[in-house]
Amino acid sequence: MMKEEQKCEIRLSGSGGQGLILAGIILADAANLENKYVVQTQSYGPEARGGARRAEVIISNMPIHFLMVEEADIFLALTSEAYTKFKYNVKPGGMIILDEEINPKMFVTSVNPFPIIKTAREELGREIVANIVSLGVLTALSGILKPASLEEALKIRVPPHTVDLNRRAFQRGWDMGKERIKKKEVEKV
Amino acid sequence: MPKSFNVNKYLRKDKMPHIWCPGCGNGMVMSAFLRAVDGLRLDPDRVVVVSGIGCSSRISGYMDFNTLHTTHGRPLAFATGIKLANPSLEVVVITGDGDATAIGGNHFLHSCRRNINITMVIINNNIYGMTGGQYSPLTPKGESASTAPYGNIEPEMDICAVAEAAGATYVARGITYQPVVMEDLILQGIENNGFSLVEVISQCPIYYGRMNKKGDAIDMLKWQKENTVSQKAASNMPPAAVKGKIITGILSTQYRPEFVEEYESIKKVAQGVKYDERRAEM
Amino acid sequence: MKSSRKLMQGNEACAEGALKAGVKFFAGYPITPSTEIAETLAEKLPRAGGVFIQMEDEIASMAAVIGASLTGVKSMTATSGPGFSLKQENIGFAVMTEIPCVVVNVQRLGPSTGGPTLPAQGDVMQARWGTHGEHAMIALCPASVEEAYYLTIMAFNYSERFRTPVVLLLDETIGHLRESVDLKKYEDTRIINRPVPWEAPGQYLPYKAEGDEPPPMASLGEGYRFHVTGLVHDESGFPVAGNHAAIDRLLTRLSNKIIKRQEEITLYKEFMTENAQYLVIAYGATARSAYGAVELARKEGYRVGLLHMQTLWPFPEKLVRQKTLGKKTVLVPEMNLGQYAREIKKTVADQTQVVTLSQVDGRIFHPSRIVAFLRGEAKYAQVL
Repeated sequence: MMKEEQKCEIRLSGSGGQGLILAGIILADAANLENKYVVQTQSYGPEARGGARRAEVIISNMPIHFLMVEEADIFLALTSEAYTKFKYNVKPGGMIILDEEINPKMFVTSVNPFPIIKTAREELGREIVANIVSLGVLTALSGILKPASLEEALKIRVPPHTVDLNRRAFQRGWDMGKERIKKKEVEKV
Repeated sequence: MPKSFNVNKYLRKDKMPHIWCPGCGNGMVMSAFLRAVDGLRLDPDRVVVVSGIGCSSRISGYMDFNTLHTTHGRPLAFATGIKLANPSLEVVVITGDGDATAIGGNHFLHSCRRNINITMVIINNNIYGMTGGQYSPLTPKGESASTAPYGNIEPEMDICAVAEAAGATYVARGITYQPVVMEDLILQGIENNGFSLVEVISQCPIYYGRMNKKGDAIDMLKWQKENTVSQKAASNMPPAAVKGKIITGILSTQYRPEFVEEYESIKKVAQGVKYDERRAEM
Repeated sequence: MKSSRKLMQGNEACAEGALKAGVKFFAGYPITPSTEIAETLAEKLPRAGGVFIQMEDEIASMAAVIGASLTGVKSMTATSGPGFSLKQENIGFAVMTEIPCVVVNVQRLGPSTGGPTLPAQGDVMQARWGTHGEHAMIALCPASVEEAYYLTIMAFNYSERFRTPVVLLLDETIGHLRESVDLKKYEDTRIINRPVPWEAPGQYLPYKAEGDEPPPMASLGEGYRFHVTGLVHDESGFPVAGNHAAIDRLLTRLSNKIIKRQEEITLYKEFMTENAQYLVIAYGATARSAYGAVELARKEGYRVGLLHMQTLWPFPEKLVRQKTLGKKTVLVPEMNLGQYAREIKKTVADQTQVVTLSQVDGRIFHPSRIVAFLRGEAKYAQVL
């Protein structure tokens, strides 16, 4: 009997320097820790800072052949530029997670805005952890991976002296996501 | 020169006759190099001679060491791999002016800069001989070559000055007219723990000489005698008398850390040996 | 229980494979998308007692690798398109002088600067014929991160076994891809070291071969004092410009030692080929898409299978003839305009039809194109 394929395609985007590729790697690491099949790819321009970056992660219970996201189950954007550039092919029933500072006029569909960058900057004191706040939100809303796996993956990938900060960032994101679920305010495409 | 020296023991005599023209300076450099090796009592099994492409680069085939005749311009890059992979080998690059300073110019700069313990002998005959007399970066401005039939408009380069500026820790210039001095300059180059350049001004009577009416080999050697002055002599001469002369001898030495030793030290860092322990071992 | 699975990048896996094979020397020059291989080895080689050096250019890197290999250590360089072009002359030197080394080319879209982060498979023919003159080449091509590890080991094995440079052709997709790998299963992979002479110095002829076998190789400094030259040479290693019989012997042997051992060098996988009417032949990132396409098409009832080539060169003529026999159509998807398809066509023209599905837009090959072709939507294909 053939197993039914359970696949989740995730596209993370933002500008260079926001750490979205690292976020993708952490997600992929977490999926690997749960013994799932996972592939992670990225696209980038010549700029190390600025521009629009995309990291993609596909998680499945079966071997993954096509390496690019075809229809995103989850699309996350931290900047308007990244949103505009990478918002294509989000699956009906999929989820869009945005930083709330992205111009609302651009929204052509149901989205889930969160104060991701603001939380990182003001509550955690370091804007650079916005990527990890994003992972917290994403993990809470999607339920595809266990938060413990994400925390384990964080430990592998972030510098040792920042583990604590990153853990708090993840927790903040997770709390924001869970709160939205409690209020039944999660929007799907 | 010790009387007992017998060049034959270092030669691959079955590879003779060599390809060099009568009057060529390459054999004089080879002989000086062999005397230097003999003087230093180097074990031939541990000597690696690397050459590039050109008349002078055929030198590697005639000497009974570990010899490598590489691609045009690249002998220093091959030599760098050899020296790094087995630092116990004595690595010498012998090549011509075109190979070393035109196509190989980049490798030359960076070998000087790294100060890797390799000795390089550039046999400078001011011309590409093997391909039939084209101008090189060391062909003096105004001279003729088969590709400069109306005179060379490119200024020549002072390769010794370049070497010093790039960081070579031993820079010397010899002439084929003075084989014993040349031998000593090469010997000291091998002894230097770092990158050593010995430029040897040599003669190509067949192409450079003929195209520029320099006479035969003897005339060209006489020219060397008349137009060079040793660094030592020059320091006691009025500047006007030195003007226009080519300075020979040891032109510069400086101390800088040697590259392979630096790498060995970095290996210890990578392997977690603490700084103090590294120093203790050095 | 702790799993042995690990998330790893293709380029990283290549570096790890090299370490497993026993690499002790790496020389390279920064270039996208191969740089991670250099970065990984810059960190790990000195720890393993080896040497990493960033040379002044690609040409120098190739030269340094050959020099290091002559001292008896396993050596490697990694680059991408423009750098691969620059290395070609010295790759030819390694072929001619039979010096083992591994050259990794993480293909990007060319020609010229092209697309540094865009995937392509445009260097398949360059891997085969990039350097001048008649010669044979070995080129391997992984389609996953795990294969990048395994095939790097095999690249070293073949280079040592046959005393020849081996090209490992990654592509941008596989080089930058991260996925789970389980390297434990490769723990017992056999590691091959070059044949060494048993004769005493003095009796050793560095290029004396038994038939088409590669000759034993002494290292610099061991007392053999041999000569190495890129000129045509005889068994003694010295130039023989006038000896046409010796030249013929040398060039023929250099080719035969590889071409005649095609079967020993051919690595491949088969997927759903039982009772297949159609056969897809693919390699690298495109093979990955082809697995998906074959699975999809089988569900739709098409009798299609996949021959996934891991060895591209020497061209596995016998295998390709045998596997394509009786097939209605052979489909060759490639991120180029049919470089490998032409080779296949040349080999099997008398027995089956070859169709190329090509793509040069800087995106990886989509499985739906293969399925579309099977459905009869021929606009997706070009018949060679």
